[in-house]
Amino acid sequence: MAASRRPGTLRKAARTPLGIASGILLGLILLLAILAPVLWTSQANALDVVNMQQGPSAKHWLGTNLLGQDLFYQVLVASRLSVGLALGATAIGVSAGLVLGTAPVILGRRVGRFITSVINVAVAFPALLLALFFAVIFGIGAQGALLAIGFASAPAFARLVRTLSASVAGLDYIAAARIAGVSRFRLLTRHVLPNIGEPLIVNATIAAGDALLSFAGLSFLGLGVQAPSYDWGQLLNDGLQHIYTRPAWALGPGVAVVIAGLAFNLFGEALAVGLGNSVPRLGKLRSALAAAAAKSKAVIPQPPSRTAAGDAMLHVRDLRVAFPGGVHPVRGVSFTVHRGEAVGLVGESGSGKSLTALAVSRLLEDPAQVAAAELTLLGQDLRTAGGGAGTGRGRAAGAMPDRELRRFLGTKAGLVFQDPMTSFNPVKRIGPQLAEVAAEHHGLSARQARERAVDRLRAVRIPRPEHRARQFPHELSGGMRQRAMIGMAVMGEPALVIADEPTTALDVTVQRQVLRLLKSIQAAGDMGLLFISHDITVVSQVCDRVLVMYAGKIVETLPADGLADARHPYTRALLAAVPSMETPREEPLAVIPGRPANPADLPVGCAFAARCAFASAKCRAEDPALVADDSGHEVACWHVDQVLAVEPTAAVPTDALIADPESVSAPQIAGETA
Amino acid sequence: MMETPQAAAATDLAVTPATPSASPWLRFAARRLGQLLASALVLVTASFLIIHLIPGDPVRAALGLNASQELVNTRRAQLGLNDPLWLQYAHYLKDLFTGHFGTSISSGLPVSQVIGQRLPATLELAGYSFVVAVLVSVPIGLILGVLTRNARRRGLELGATTVSVMAGAIPGFVLSSWLIYLFGVTLHWLPVADRSGFTSYILPIAAMALGPIAVLIRILRLEVLAALRADYVRTARAKRLPDWRVYLLHVLPNALTATLTIGGLLLSAMVAGTVLVENVFAWPGLGQTIVQSIVAKDYPVVQGIVLVYGTGVLLVNLIVDVALALLDPRSTIRES
Amino acid sequence: MSELRFENVTVRYGTGRHAHVAVDGVDLVVPSGHVVGLVGESGSGKSTLARAAVGLVTPASGRILLDDKPVPTRGRRPLQMVFQDPYASLDPRMTTGESIAEAIPRRAATRGAEGGYFSITEGGKLSSACRHAEAERLAELVGLPPGTVDKFPAELSGGQRQRVALARALAGRPDVIIADEITSALDVSTQGAVLNLVRELQRELRLSMLFISHNLAVVRYVADYVAVMYQGRVVEHGPAERVLLDPGHDYTRELLAAVPRPGTKLEPETPGVTP
Repeated sequence: MAASRRPGTLRKAARTPLGIASGILLGLILLLAILAPVLWTSQANALDVVNMQQGPSAKHWLGTNLLGQDLFYQVLVASRLSVGLALGATAIGVSAGLVLGTAPVILGRRVGRFITSVINVAVAFPALLLALFFAVIFGIGAQGALLAIGFASAPAFARLVRTLSASVAGLDYIAAARIAGVSRFRLLTRHVLPNIGEPLIVNATIAAGDALLSFAGLSFLGLGVQAPSYDWGQLLNDGLQHIYTRPAWALGPGVAVVIAGLAFNLFGEALAVGLGNSVPRLGKLRSALAAAAAKSKAVIPQPPSRTAAGDAMLHVRDLRVAFPGGVHPVRGVSFTVHRGEAVGLVGESGSGKSLTALAVSRLLEDPAQVAAAELTLLGQDLRTAGGGAGTGRGRAAGAMPDRELRRFLGTKAGLVFQDPMTSFNPVKRIGPQLAEVAAEHHGLSARQARERAVDRLRAVRIPRPEHRARQFPHELSGGMRQRAMIGMAVMGEPALVIADEPTTALDVTVQRQVLRLLKSIQAAGDMGLLFISHDITVVSQVCDRVLVMYAGKIVETLPADGLADARHPYTRALLAAVPSMETPREEPLAVIPGRPANPADLPVGCAFAARCAFASAKCRAEDPALVADDSGHEVACWHVDQVLAVEPTAAVPTDALIADPESVSAPQIAGETA
Repeated sequence: MMETPQAAAATDLAVTPATPSASPWLRFAARRLGQLLASALVLVTASFLIIHLIPGDPVRAALGLNASQELVNTRRAQLGLNDPLWLQYAHYLKDLFTGHFGTSISSGLPVSQVIGQRLPATLELAGYSFVVAVLVSVPIGLILGVLTRNARRRGLELGATTVSVMAGAIPGFVLSSWLIYLFGVTLHWLPVADRSGFTSYILPIAAMALGPIAVLIRILRLEVLAALRADYVRTARAKRLPDWRVYLLHVLPNALTATLTIGGLLLSAMVAGTVLVENVFAWPGLGQTIVQSIVAKDYPVVQGIVLVYGTGVLLVNLIVDVALALLDPRSTIRES
Repeated sequence: MSELRFENVTVRYGTGRHAHVAVDGVDLVVPSGHVVGLVGESGSGKSTLARAAVGLVTPASGRILLDDKPVPTRGRRPLQMVFQDPYASLDPRMTTGESIAEAIPRRAATRGAEGGYFSITEGGKLSSACRHAEAERLAELVGLPPGTVDKFPAELSGGQRQRVALARALAGRPDVIIADEITSALDVSTQGAVLNLVRELQRELRLSMLFISHNLAVVRYVADYVAVMYQGRVVEHGPAERVLLDPGHDYTRELLAAVPRPGTKLEPETPGVTP
């Protein structure tokens, strides 16, 4: 039956240390509010004529008031009125807010709009002012104050209900339910309210705390609870007049108010925090990294350098990235990029390709731990820059100081990111965002930097660049933003451009133009290009060499025009699974069974073994190393020869056609070999 | 009219429709002004209705049961309470425009005079408290955010959050009583009543500002953390800008825009908070007056002061919206 | 099996001077039992057209007809939709079985022998046990392992959620299914499986389908007919083979030229060409 748990984030949140502590405190206070009058009313009201107006003593912990009544017991008994009225006011506020917030849906557009505009105006006024306003109308005294504070919080709740409902109503599953013909009422009760219930509860708890404080405030002013009844605010009012002679009278109720308010607020906050996530602690990470690196030094062979094609510009050897908790998204990546060469890094989600790019550019900070046997750009060791030290402590001999390294990277390496909308600062104009690179690293004056920025915008073929430079990012189209991003990357005439999924978010026609631009910029500056993408077809079009990544390792490197000769089972499966304009329509599409590898839970042997048709016991026990053949084509697989003999599409049996591939294991083609 | 595909190919380079850059600002200003007028109308109407929503005869309630019916009738005629409702409303609006806020029932003085005497003290208290709150919380919030990014210094994060939650949970009037006890009664360092001389400002401003400072620091720290995780900060680091540039020129403006809305709410709450603090410190402002008037059922004074507070809140909201528009130009088009 | 017809449909967002015309006088037919692929880039209006068909937005003018009759808004909904984002299309607080069962019409309609997969053929209200059983059957139909109906969406992967969304769409006993970019958010290795499933189900159940995608290769694989949209208008339509091999309209040609083809190289931009 229903073995799975319902997503109970609030229940989980309440079990955090903060939630438990504040929950207990809140419980105690509620208990006090219920029991205190029952237990101690007589003590609170008893007149001790002998000891009138005394300060704190053994008999009367807070002293006595004008009538000789024990103030400590009065503070305890007053909890019922203070807490009870606060809860009552919150209940009024939430109910009125729910009604006002959902009314527009039911009452139709015109009335709804009127209600909404009144609510918007009312929300602009602070609750205390509204409470004063209502207090004038409802009259002073406990009842009037209750209604006053209750209705004063209604607009805020109405607005909250509207915002929450609107955010939920826009989601696809609501649309799907509407299309399925679900009634409006059921839509509200079954879909909208349960999904906004949690934020509402959290806000109601915090609001109860605020109501408590507001009530105390009103009573303190003399507008709330009236004598002979007393709540904490009223006691505070009395006590304040005697603060010079008998300070305990004022301090006692004040402490009570603060503690009770804190209990509500902290509990509400604990619930609110429970809807977020926490970061695990750093452990003995660096030593584990060093050990792993030392172990693999003997195994990884040096990739042959293509001295014929030009200097090696970017040199990466045995790059590793780790996160706390035993997560290893990059496990020993080695490659080289030469001047004028475009190298593509291909992989699906979870392959570690983006993290590799960020690690190479030294942009990964704590909690990520980055280590590499070698990481040089134009001969300069990059391992001392940014966050995350190399495998050794301190700087290597001959390394640059931080500031110079920063300038080196700022001028020699340019980056292009995937989403140009979020990658540009939304509140700064385009021009200054480009110009600050030049101003910072090239020592240009402000005017010169501006001119250089406009020049770069022109170089990326943005029409009217002077006009565009003065605009904000949201005023440009997606394609233009990405061009501006490329322009920003080449402000400093870099030797290497790293592009992380630069066209994934763009339309296909725009993608083509931007990619062509990227190629021409690369050619004009004789730059190296490291191009990261999940789209192997695009990579083959743009790059000279392709590196295929799976589960944090490079499993194959091959020339871009030699994809038909791919040898790794994953590469072949990937190529077969991508539909092209020539894919035969009569046959089912190739499918890769199983799930992508989880970087937190990697197997001992080859990470692709569980999904591979050629896997044997050796594959599961030992991770194959990247081995090169004479032409420089590298593959990391124990069964290369067998792979070449089989067509990838033949591996899919017909009855597995519609079954969910993630629950199906790979059909075996190769027999088990020792 | 269809564009040719060649033009279509250049769509990503096409210039956005030719609206001069002044236009979004004008539309924003017009829209905002319209909102202001609508809100002002609601405020004025609410203030007008105070007298009419109260059960019973307001004049009789103010003058007491023992006052003669003659006196009551005279006052009622004075206040125009026997006219039809819409006529009273029209007179009310006309009086407001000409600066006549009515006459106090208890004292017979013009309300505008009463307000005029007490307003400066309240303005000073609210204004100085706000400035102090901003000057203190912005640097501290930014520094705390930078120090605790990426879950560094979790002890500091826990400590800062605890202190700010505790500080924010102490209501202004309770805090005032504690400050009075500490600095006035025990240490005798500072005066605790009235508005006379520089030192008398310290405790009231401290009492007003401490809560908002705690809340602002907490919110600002969270917004700084959110900004630090944003893509554009990654870009700024990719451009290898020095840390101070990243924090001050990229992180802070974006963190501030998000904080500004809360800041506006806090400032409005401060306007209301003056009511409580003034009563504790016997500060000669509107706060004392409105409470006395409510108790004495002197409704014209209450109406006038409600109008003043309300107008203050509306002005604060306007300033916040304008500041937001200057900082983040996207907000000008968001509502269209 | 039913024919879906759009007649001169126009959809506008906003009012007055700042109104934006998302769909501009579109005529389109989805023949009974066939798949029409709708391609276009962002801003072309294809998603808006889909939403108009299922009633999520109201056309400013024009008609949408199912078998020459207006699309019914009460009782069984013959038009169902599968959305793009597998993470937003399922209510996180309901089990997948509950989500699927919710879409089963309150009274099972009587169906003839044509719609062969409907197991419940008598009329009358369905009990919740019946609904649960039906949900299980549908989940099996879309290839999900048993026991999935009692799980929550958070426990499933993107591909599995799309299968649940498909099962939910089928639960409504639809004649027409509109698939709006259903594989765009999935990994390449999962995409193929979902596409195989969609093709198989469409053939077996003889559904009419409007398949929306920006990926021309995927559309070519799935669709019998193709319609190309640009800025709210249909600029070309016809049999898939013809449109994609021998396009008549310039925009279609350009779209096809921009599709990355394996084995080709991208030329750098010619300098000096500034529009």
